[in-house]
Amino acid sequence: MAEVFTKNMARNMYYGGGLFFFLLFLGLTVDTELSAPERDNRGAITPQVALGKKLWEENNCIGCHSLLGEGAYYAPELGNVYERFGNSTIAIKAYIRGRPKEGIPGRRSMPQFDFSEEELDALAEFLRYANGIDTANWPPNIQG
Amino acid sequence: MKYPSQAVAKPYFVAAIALFIVQIAFGLILGMQYVVGDFLFPEIPFNVARMVHTNLLIVWLLFGFFGAAYYLVPEEAQRDLYSPKLATILFWVFLVAGGLTVLGYLLVPYATLAEITGNRFFPTMGREFLEQPTITKIGIVIVALGFLYNISMTVLSGRKTVVNVVLLSGLIGLALFFLFAFYNPVNLVDDKYYWWWVVHLWVEGVWELILGAILAYVLIKTTGVDREVIEKWLYIIIAMTLITGIIGTGHHYYWIGTPVYWQWWGSIFSALEPIPFFMMTVFAFNMVNQRRRDHPNKAAVLWAMGTAVMAFLGAGVWGFLHTLSPVNFYTHGTQITAAHGHMAFYGAYVMIVLTIISYAWPKMHGREAANPRAQVVEMWSFWLMSVSMVFITLFLTAAGVLQVWMQRYSETPEPFMVVQEKIALFYWMREAAGVVFMVGLLVYVASFFVKPGAAEAPAAAEAQA
Repeated sequence: MAEVFTKNMARNMYYGGGLFFFLLFLGLTVDTELSAPERDNRGAITPQVALGKKLWEENNCIGCHSLLGEGAYYAPELGNVYERFGNSTIAIKAYIRGRPKEGIPGRRSMPQFDFSEEELDALAEFLRYANGIDTANWPPNIQG
Repeated sequence: MKYPSQAVAKPYFVAAIALFIVQIAFGLILGMQYVVGDFLFPEIPFNVARMVHTNLLIVWLLFGFFGAAYYLVPEEAQRDLYSPKLATILFWVFLVAGGLTVLGYLLVPYATLAEITGNRFFPTMGREFLEQPTITKIGIVIVALGFLYNISMTVLSGRKTVVNVVLLSGLIGLALFFLFAFYNPVNLVDDKYYWWWVVHLWVEGVWELILGAILAYVLIKTTGVDREVIEKWLYIIIAMTLITGIIGTGHHYYWIGTPVYWQWWGSIFSALEPIPFFMMTVFAFNMVNQRRRDHPNKAAVLWAMGTAVMAFLGAGVWGFLHTLSPVNFYTHGTQITAAHGHMAFYGAYVMIVLTIISYAWPKMHGREAANPRAQVVEMWSFWLMSVSMVFITLFLTAAGVLQVWMQRYSETPEPFMVVQEKIALFYWMREAAGVVFMVGLLVYVASFFVKPGAAEAPAAAEAQA
């Protein structure tokens, strides 16, 4: 093998292969972007949803929950929580609002974030928007 | 150590190990919170402890990579580091920025941290692993650029070995792909799509180049095998890394609102991702078998072989386990992911940093290797950490399989929290394995302070001369 496959060939495989597959990746990315409007529910993005995403980020919700399966696995998946809560933003808001400040003895509990009514609405709308993304039928069932 | 400037790596290695200890302490807190839900609540909520755990991991690995580069690049380039002073300044900048960020996580609520660091002007916070305030991210870029400048000037004006060129290309990729951390659109699908350009293209792309280069360097030094042979292996391995790993990013694009064809691209290419890791194992064992010398640093050789094996198991085997889209449909975002993440990071990146530290630390202190007694202690730490990590992975895998079964696969799926309580036994066992890991880490630290035995003292002195 030593004579047949030289170090130069290995080097060319590294640079050539790396470049080729990165370009292929860029091509697939362009195609993904072009067809994105059909799946990503961008029509539902309002200033309220944008505020909801900002709150989602600035309170580090991903540090416990997953969203579309990504994040931490300490608390339930929220990509389909809107559906799980009976297509109700009111139920989502009530849940967040109702978390006890000192937690629940011995159990996991979401912190009390003291959100305003406007912020609760924004978060619920953000989760409703996320629920509307076409995820190829993931998760397998309502439990997330 | 051939060049005095290589010594700038010392503080980098010390900081890496110190932060590693803190990282594992927070890992134990997290493991406890998994079973005693209100542990340290509300003072240190789970999300805060997790940020500290994951961010410290990244930071100390970066300290390790930087230290590795400062140590090996001058020797490979056959010249002193371009600017040791810059390296020392950047060390303190990075340490202070990292320390302040972690203190920020711990001392104020995350929303307050976002407020006082001006996240509203340039929102990048609150995404997994990229939780750092925007100003910290800018600091990371500045440190990375200064580091790259220093290393590039050294590489380009010195002997350009394959190890140096590959290491440099990996480090440039690391800095380049981190820039996607600054892209945070409101569109969640877009956000997630490019978030992976940092996360996946780091750990399953450019970081593997860094891993390969450091491993190749240590094998050249410890086995005495002809450089040409090792360099060819290195090129083939990293070629396979990029050929499989770049399109392999597709295994993250199954369920986040991206086209269905990613299920094909992602499944096929990521099924091939174990190949470079398998080749790395074959490579490490072959080189050690063909060694032309018996290097006195047995511990470093053990770490080098260990990283190849554990990376293959953690990244290769446990990655493959859940990478095919029909499987991933059920396992996505479960404890299976956590199991894979733990062993892959430990095997591929923790162990390669411990490999280079094990090799370089005695050299930086004028010895070829640590004294035999110290090496025995170090090897104990190798086995304690590695075996306990295997068990952490197995317990999380068991938890994950049960979670998938009850919550995802069953005809009567049960709610998340109900399932979590049913699998708590495995979380308890994971925590116990975690304690053993911490013991192993403390033994590792202790190995640096072990003095040679009375009978060995002359031999050690000889090695010194």
